[in-house]
Amino acid sequence: MTDSNIVPLSSITRVDPAKPRLSGCSAKSNGKATSCGSSAGQDDLPEAVWNKIQDHPCYSEDAHHYFARMHVAVAPACNIQCNYCNRKYDCSNESRPGVVSEKLSAEQAALKVMAVAAEVPQLSVVGIAGPGDALANAPKTFHTFDLIHAALPHVKLCLSTNGLALPDHVEQIAAMGIDHVTITINMVDPEIGAQIYPWIFFRHKRWEGLEAAQILHERQMEGLEALTAKGILVKVNSVLIPGINDQHLVEVNKAVRSRGAFLHNVMPLISDPAHGTHFGLTGQRGPTPNELRAVQDSLGGDAKLMRHCRQCRADAVGLLGEDRGAEFSLDKLTEAKPYDPKKREMYLEVVERERGDRQKAKEMAQMPEKIEETPVLVAIATKGGGRINQHFGHATEFQIFEVTSAGAKFISHRRTDKYCVGGTDNSDAMATTIAALEGVAAVLCAKIGDKPKQRLADMGIIASDQYAFEYIEASAITWYATRNACDVAASA
Amino acid sequence: MAYKIVEKNCTGCGACEFECPNKAIKEKGAAFVIDPKKCTECAGFFDTPQCVAACPVPKTVVMAF
Repeated sequence: MTDSNIVPLSSITRVDPAKPRLSGCSAKSNGKATSCGSSAGQDDLPEAVWNKIQDHPCYSEDAHHYFARMHVAVAPACNIQCNYCNRKYDCSNESRPGVVSEKLSAEQAALKVMAVAAEVPQLSVVGIAGPGDALANAPKTFHTFDLIHAALPHVKLCLSTNGLALPDHVEQIAAMGIDHVTITINMVDPEIGAQIYPWIFFRHKRWEGLEAAQILHERQMEGLEALTAKGILVKVNSVLIPGINDQHLVEVNKAVRSRGAFLHNVMPLISDPAHGTHFGLTGQRGPTPNELRAVQDSLGGDAKLMRHCRQCRADAVGLLGEDRGAEFSLDKLTEAKPYDPKKREMYLEVVERERGDRQKAKEMAQMPEKIEETPVLVAIATKGGGRINQHFGHATEFQIFEVTSAGAKFISHRRTDKYCVGGTDNSDAMATTIAALEGVAAVLCAKIGDKPKQRLADMGIIASDQYAFEYIEASAITWYATRNACDVAASA
Repeated sequence: MAYKIVEKNCTGCGACEFECPNKAIKEKGAAFVIDPKKCTECAGFFDTPQCVAACPVPKTVVMAF
């Protein structure tokens, strides 16, 4: 079993906390402590909420640097049809919700969770997210959770649903101690819903058109209210579909916030004719990164928005942005290693220290007095741990940070391999990477070859491995400050 | 009378299996099959056959003869 893609403890423990570096240029601090303002950081939240999400990579941007999740694909059946979904299509290079390579029985799922927990001390969360709907066949989902909880009581359980069956199961969700639920809500207006959902299966009957969308909408709102009334954290996912609900998501945001949703996560529609979805086949396009961001920005309230979502497969394993699912396929689970709680305790201690050090480094990183006010985007190659610790050529995604005089803030991730390109016409992987870096001023990575560095330079993008293994935010701020200090010096 | 599942269309999601009031549907390989001896087309239980209404793939649960 390879662990090349997981953060080795050594990579986040062997380096001293990043020191602010302004080599060659001098700059004075403006005395402002930089605040991340990133979604769900420790500073912006009530303690009770932070305690619930601090280890949850799907709820906390901070946690996603340190903790891993896994989805167990025990729920292949669904009770609604969405125009962006066609589960018959599966490609091993695909990373999309609703896609899995093998479905599992409850017992197989429990075995798989044990095997992953033994190998991956970062594992903190097990979710059931399909590939259909977690509550379409609710007894199987709850049975799976029972088995996992009995084996590994420390693991947090969560589920993801379209909400149709949700009101019927809120009592049991609460009774089982599932304290995170995600509902996908794409509309609060049935006229819009009818363009997204051709039918639902409800109360032993198939419903279509406006009637279907009306029922789904009412059930979603009812389920959301019932969950939040019980103190269960609810995240709402919305798929941004240009021309259908892009203007409407403001209304969705208001409706779900007023009912107590803790996070609202706007995700881009993934649409391709090859996927065989209704939207793919009818030419409905997904949003551009700028369109996505414009909608996310229009919803405001940083602490309530989430930008680090990876739209994982329903069988994903590992830190967000990586998928070790293939290492834990059924045929490899025959001899699961025993789970050793000591490894996890050690990891938790390391994380606590790292979080403190990273925060300190961020606060210490200095900003020059005179700086341009235009925000600059910096792309980071990271394997997790909040550090710049990945080789440029190995990065399958970049974390994009926006740097301004107020500090460095995570705004999104961009994948270099998100879509299955297929065929043999993939000779220039670098072109895909460069396309993913559009609008970025600099790439900070652990290492980069001379050729790609030159090619990026030709595109006006600075690539640097000067901050290898250091903390992300502190390095981005320092790079920005250095650049500006140099600019000021040059123009003086 | 009974229904059957067109094997090449079946995604194996099992939405039909747990809706069937007669427990007439079982997984076989990558697809599900309906036992025609047990299928009553949901007569006496529901107005519409549950497997037909629940199946996400068009023209997949069809009349057996």
